[in-house]
Amino acid sequence: MLSSLPSIVGFVRPDIDWHAVAPELTLLGVGAVVTLLDIVLLERGRAYTSALAGIGLLVALIPIVTLAAAGDTRVMFGGAFVVDDFALILKAMFIVVAYIVVLLSTNYIAEGDYWENEYYGLLLASVMGMVLMASARDLVTIFVALELLSIPAYLMAAWRKADPRSNEAGLKYYLMGVFASAIMLYGMSLLFGLAGDTRLKEIAAAVAAEGSNPVVILGIIFVIVGFAFKVSGFPFHTWAPDTYEGAPTPVTAFLAVASKAAGFVALMQLVHVGFPDAQDIYQPLLWILAVGSMTAGNLIALRQENIVRLMAYSGVSQAGFMLAPLAVAGDIGGEALSAVITYVLIYAAMNLGAFAVIIAVARRTASGEIRSYAGLFKYAPGMTILMTIFLFSLAGIPPLGGWFAKFAVFRAVVEADTGWGYSLAAIAAVNSVIALFYYAKVARMMWFEDTPEEANTTSLRVPPSLVAALGLTAAATLLFGIYPAVITHFTDGTLIAIPS
Amino acid sequence: MGEFLNDWGLSIPTFLPIIGAAVMLLIPKDREQLHKLIALATTVAVAVFGLLLLIQFIDNDNYGALNFVVDKGWIDVIDSRYIMGVDGISLPLMLLTMLIVPLCVIYSWNHFPEPHNPKAFLMLLLILETGMIGTFAAQDLILFFVFFEVVLLPMYFMIGVWGGENRRYAAIKFFLFTLFGSALMLVSFLALYFLADASTFDMRLLPEAAAGIAKSSQVWVFGGMFLGFGIKVPMFPFHTWLPDAHTEAPTVGSVILAAVLLKLGTYGFVRIAIPILPEAAAEWAPFIGLLAVIGIIYGALGCLAQRDLKRLVAFSSVAHMGFVMLGIATLTDFGINAAVFGMVAHGLITGMLFFLAGSVKERYHTLDMSRLGGLLVQAPRMGWILGFCAMASLGLPGLAGFWGEFPAILASYNPAEVLAEETFRSYMVIAALGTVLAAGYLLWMLQKTAFGTPREEFANDPHVHDATVSEYLAWAPLLILILVLGVYPHLLFGATDPAVVNSLNDCLDSVTSGACFDAAAGK
Repeated sequence: MLSSLPSIVGFVRPDIDWHAVAPELTLLGVGAVVTLLDIVLLERGRAYTSALAGIGLLVALIPIVTLAAAGDTRVMFGGAFVVDDFALILKAMFIVVAYIVVLLSTNYIAEGDYWENEYYGLLLASVMGMVLMASARDLVTIFVALELLSIPAYLMAAWRKADPRSNEAGLKYYLMGVFASAIMLYGMSLLFGLAGDTRLKEIAAAVAAEGSNPVVILGIIFVIVGFAFKVSGFPFHTWAPDTYEGAPTPVTAFLAVASKAAGFVALMQLVHVGFPDAQDIYQPLLWILAVGSMTAGNLIALRQENIVRLMAYSGVSQAGFMLAPLAVAGDIGGEALSAVITYVLIYAAMNLGAFAVIIAVARRTASGEIRSYAGLFKYAPGMTILMTIFLFSLAGIPPLGGWFAKFAVFRAVVEADTGWGYSLAAIAAVNSVIALFYYAKVARMMWFEDTPEEANTTSLRVPPSLVAALGLTAAATLLFGIYPAVITHFTDGTLIAIPS
Repeated sequence: MGEFLNDWGLSIPTFLPIIGAAVMLLIPKDREQLHKLIALATTVAVAVFGLLLLIQFIDNDNYGALNFVVDKGWIDVIDSRYIMGVDGISLPLMLLTMLIVPLCVIYSWNHFPEPHNPKAFLMLLLILETGMIGTFAAQDLILFFVFFEVVLLPMYFMIGVWGGENRRYAAIKFFLFTLFGSALMLVSFLALYFLADASTFDMRLLPEAAAGIAKSSQVWVFGGMFLGFGIKVPMFPFHTWLPDAHTEAPTVGSVILAAVLLKLGTYGFVRIAIPILPEAAAEWAPFIGLLAVIGIIYGALGCLAQRDLKRLVAFSSVAHMGFVMLGIATLTDFGINAAVFGMVAHGLITGMLFFLAGSVKERYHTLDMSRLGGLLVQAPRMGWILGFCAMASLGLPGLAGFWGEFPAILASYNPAEVLAEETFRSYMVIAALGTVLAAGYLLWMLQKTAFGTPREEFANDPHVHDATVSEYLAWAPLLILILVLGVYPHLLFGATDPAVVNSLNDCLDSVTSGACFDAAAGK
């Protein structure tokens, strides 16, 4: 009787291209193994979990490489799941970022006496959501991917159970995240009601047909606002500083880089595939979000005394830079996506690097105050040089990677050749100067100030996994800056143009 | 040899210092002597390379065009290429850089400022050298931008770590001011890329490609570059970072700032802004000229109000760069030749004055001119050198300073035909007054520090001694050049003139200019 069930409900099993979903399935498998390890091996399994998670992530890179080598675009589920160059480069980025987060977490989680297997299991689940997001070209898939990446992150933010601030971080992140999801879902329901289909290309057709129907406008605004929470754009950034400060620092790094990038991936797909003809609606909205984020984030960051809160607000400002090309996406098309991806990739390297230094230094100072960096150069010159590289890269000073990220953004907005674009370029230019001030404040502490009397100034010992993370991110930051072709090779506008 | 130089002649000296710095990074900090030797060897090697370049350059006998051109792919997606090359405008400035840096290493041999740490100090110096040489060699706007910015970080740390009392403020001020200008400059470069007929950042092609840009856009694009370069020069009213940076920087930092970094701004005008956007330059020129003469007078008055020797020299830089900018603003080959000469002369003379100020500070532990005096009694040789440099700086004929100032003033009597003669002739009068003020403050400075008898507090101070060997070694090449260029300015003018004539767009040629601009207006 069961065998006749599909024919009763009219279910046809879709063709599944196993190769195309291999990255997701690998992550699922590794996540399951990591979680089960605890049950099977109990305490003995703990020592292997982080290594296993790391290796699993690297294994998940293999199908991505083979898919890239095959080179064709794979479409499944009626266009809801697409594997193209755009998806592959971002999938690869998410996995590499997660690998570095594992490196950052190894000692932090083990020494802090936290639950390990569950931590890595959740991390892998969240990464799976992100990897899925890169391929999602359908409202439901986007939403499922978003929840899959968010819910584990809510838990991880509250991982330091004994610390009320971590609980606050998790709760705040959860409440704000759910609120944003609700708004976005409402917007999606409006768009679905109009198009009668959840696939983005169908929505594009409906949006084009309906023009300035208020339902379209409202739907687009709500969806974009929902993701503005995710990428911590102003004025929807208020959760970020508290969550970043309270969460375990490796989780903060994960949120600041991977989770934010996932939000941008969704925004890019929505803007480029979902509403290509609604540029009159989304461009001004994104323009305001971009200008507000970069300016407000910068101005508030100027007054921060805590390094993680500083990074949170600097992240708000960086989000503004990443939003900027999208604010002219209608005018320049795929070039905008290329600029955002370039920015996201470089930002991932330099921001993870900065967090790696923060984790390494906090092992000594046990403090997040910027004051605690005073005179770091005297006893940890290597760490100081690395942090200087990352900070000035974030500020966009050549020849460090950040300059090319900023350059890509400037290039995109100037290319639009509109008043909106040029004004955005000028505002971004002023903001990159303001940003330098607070990045340089940290550099000043490390280099120019004297070490406090009571500080322990024996040389700093850094565990090997952190050294590996630092080495990878620093090498990438320098390489991206000196020879940006390694990035542009993957983010070339012609490659990235998402077929719609 | 010629073959080798043509291919590698610019890349090697540009990146050799970075390699030297990388080697030093691997050597422990306490092996100071070794660090000094590596730094010296690297910078001297670069200087020798510069000498070979010069010989080959003369041998090529093609001063007006780019020599040693390298053109390789770099960032293909944005059509930015690794293009290097030098002509008669950039070569003198590049050689100046290659000369100054080893002299700085020699000078600081035995007196590194607090907190010592020669390893870090010399590494920063080497990174600076790469940035400076690269800026003068780059022939691609993006490459130029990258090198232009590479200079910022080492200088920031040099001022911030090894500087005087107010160093933190001075360092960040320097950084923020310059970055503000260069961020807008980058936007201008991009606008140029998208607006010009050819999508390129190649400086060799842009003058032609940019001719089709609407004049109103040209004026805006030039405005962005004006901010970028003008802040670096620095022109009045963006000069406020300069006195702070100079005063707080360690001696070597001040020397590099004065001798090379300020030139990056004026060089940008001569190399990029004016050749690429001549029409916009003509619109901006009266305004630039006005700011230049304000700078001349303001800088001179600023000097007269100083009590601190180093601050006085810093303000004199504002005035001197005013002359350079006035020469550039005339948009004539005569004026721009004068400007390039002025850049080199200012680099030699003001660099020397900062060396001297540093040495005075080391002996007296103060630069307060009301406490100084009698240098000629206590350290006669240093006193005479100071006198010599003051004379050179005030533009005494026969010394290098004269050939920077006098032709600039002369050029503004007869600016490019598109510019209003009356305006520039008034500027000329004001600038001429500026030279009188320059004589005033420099002689006053000399009187205060070198003449008279030493103050009681220093009269029997054993710290006050005459110039040392390392000081002589560092100073001699500069002093000789000041004299040689003063007596035989053709050495420099001969190289710069063909290049200047070549780089000036036909539109600015005084014969055809009227017709050319009318044609542009009719388009």
